[in-house]
Amino acid sequence: MDDEGEVRKRAHVTVDRADDGLLRLRLSGRWTLDARPSIVADVFEHALTTADTRVAVETDPQLEWDSGLLLFMRTVLAEAERRQMTVDLAGLPGGARRLLALASATPEYKEPHPEGAAPSLLTRIGSRTIAATRSGADVLAFIGEACVGLLRLLTGRARFQRSELLRVAQEVGAQALPIVSLITFLVGVILAYVGAMQLRAFGAQAYVADLVSVAMTREMGAMMTAIVMAGRTGAAFAAELGTMRVNEEIDALTTFGVSPMEFLVLPRMVALAVMMPFLCLYADLLGFLGGAAVGVGLLHLGGLEYYQRSVQAIALDDFAAGLIKASVFGVLLSIAGCLRGLRSGRSSGAVGAATTSAVVTGIVLIIVSDAVLTVLFDVVHF
Amino acid sequence: MAATCEIPNGTRPRIEVRDLEMVYGARIIQRNLNLAVQAGDIFVIMGPSGSGKSTLLRHMIGLVPPARGDVFYDGASFWTADTNDRQRMLRRVGVLYQDGALWSSMTLAENVRLPLEQFTDLPPASIRGIASLKLALVGLAGFEDLYPSEVSGGMRKRAGLARAMALDPDILFFDEPSSGLDPINSRALDDLIVELRDSLGATVVMVTHELASIFAIATNSVFLDEKAKTITAAGPPWKLLHECRNSKVGRFLTRGEKT
Repeated sequence: MDDEGEVRKRAHVTVDRADDGLLRLRLSGRWTLDARPSIVADVFEHALTTADTRVAVETDPQLEWDSGLLLFMRTVLAEAERRQMTVDLAGLPGGARRLLALASATPEYKEPHPEGAAPSLLTRIGSRTIAATRSGADVLAFIGEACVGLLRLLTGRARFQRSELLRVAQEVGAQALPIVSLITFLVGVILAYVGAMQLRAFGAQAYVADLVSVAMTREMGAMMTAIVMAGRTGAAFAAELGTMRVNEEIDALTTFGVSPMEFLVLPRMVALAVMMPFLCLYADLLGFLGGAAVGVGLLHLGGLEYYQRSVQAIALDDFAAGLIKASVFGVLLSIAGCLRGLRSGRSSGAVGAATTSAVVTGIVLIIVSDAVLTVLFDVVHF
Repeated sequence: MAATCEIPNGTRPRIEVRDLEMVYGARIIQRNLNLAVQAGDIFVIMGPSGSGKSTLLRHMIGLVPPARGDVFYDGASFWTADTNDRQRMLRRVGVLYQDGALWSSMTLAENVRLPLEQFTDLPPASIRGIASLKLALVGLAGFEDLYPSEVSGGMRKRAGLARAMALDPDILFFDEPSSGLDPINSRALDDLIVELRDSLGATVVMVTHELASIFAIATNSVFLDEKAKTITAAGPPWKLLHECRNSKVGRFLTRGEKT
């Protein structure tokens, strides 16, 4: 530290005991935090006997002090109160005396403790169940509200901001192209590669084209796009709306009678539901190119042959299945992101938690709904 | 342009601002700002909204470098010093931001403890003791474990003050200390500021346009004029009220009654 060279003065206390139960503390030296006066407090506690009834504090006029002295004196005062001793502070520097008075001017706030001991296991299971049911009901209510909002939008009665829709559409559409390109191209490459290794055993490498094109159009195009968008856009929605909640912007909307559902959620939902199929179509194409790169480059299939096999393998309903899924994923992602954002707590930590929760909820919803839709499409032979 | 009202005082300033110029983009907000804060002062920076009061404060506490000019602490230049020296100068400074600016994911006690944990090597028990002492000083004993979102605006502000005092600074900056407080709490905060100045020997710099508190506690002040783009009055506010011939300053100090 900066005063290394000089002999550091320490906090010093001498304890005198008078016959009539008066304990006299004489403080001298340096009573600042860096001189560690808190250690001296223990000395005081050990020096006390049951015969002492009063404490008087005297200080050296040259005493240096800061919060360290106050900290020590608080220990003395607390210990004295516990032993019902009286303390005479007249010998302290005026400033320290006034600060101590200030610190004890407001009585300590005691938080009202809940009745009884810790809740029993049964109580906890019960309250958790009630909380889970409530949050389930909350999600349902949110989805219901969103549907009503959508109906109002379709009948032209919603307060809908077109500029907001266009802004969000650009954000979730065009600006997502680079990351979607990279991911889906590589997924195409991976599918082709894994497929080729298995098919080679039967001398059926040519079927790689069928595999990649069917998998991309029916499943992976929509799924990979949705997962990228969950991380990119679902998180952004939750963070944006969560911050608006912290700043009371959402309360401001509500007091003006503007429904946050129509004003904030609908544009995001519509934008994602509309842009997701386009992104999915683009993802299908990039995945197809990734597969072709492996097919032509590594398996030595002809470019034209690869193209023709792919075209024969897929029909329009394969595309339709993928695009329907993409649109559904878009709606689910926007619901997850907006719901978590709007229900966020009012602190920076809560916004972070809402964002995490939006991504997790989004991905779970995507996988579950994908499973449901795949089975459903199979049942109706779509 | 020199201040039209200049009431001189004191000797060696604790904080000095010299020839400071503030800009927003290409727009000059204030130029040729010169002021000196003496040890033990309660120094008020006043002026109409948009005159750059808070920006001047941000230049003084090292958040934003000024376009031109410098700030001196005990005669040492702040903006030409290296990062370590700046850090050392700022260690002596406590700042209370407008809405408290507490870290919302930490309890009130954790808010006060953080600077102590970062800048001292005190044992955890002492740090806990200091945090509860500082909270008790601002009347928040017993609120240690509550989060900022669980207490009122006035309490957040007081907790912000407890945090600003954590490292026993000898200079305290306040940005609009009484905004958002009721008259009683605002008065209580004023009294607390005076008490801290007297008992700790601290120097206080406040940005405010709360006249009641300016006249109650300020020992010195400057007036920033947004049209003249510089300081047009300097001195103790009650003297400015009676002696300053600048009509704008007069109107400001009388809520527009004196013309």
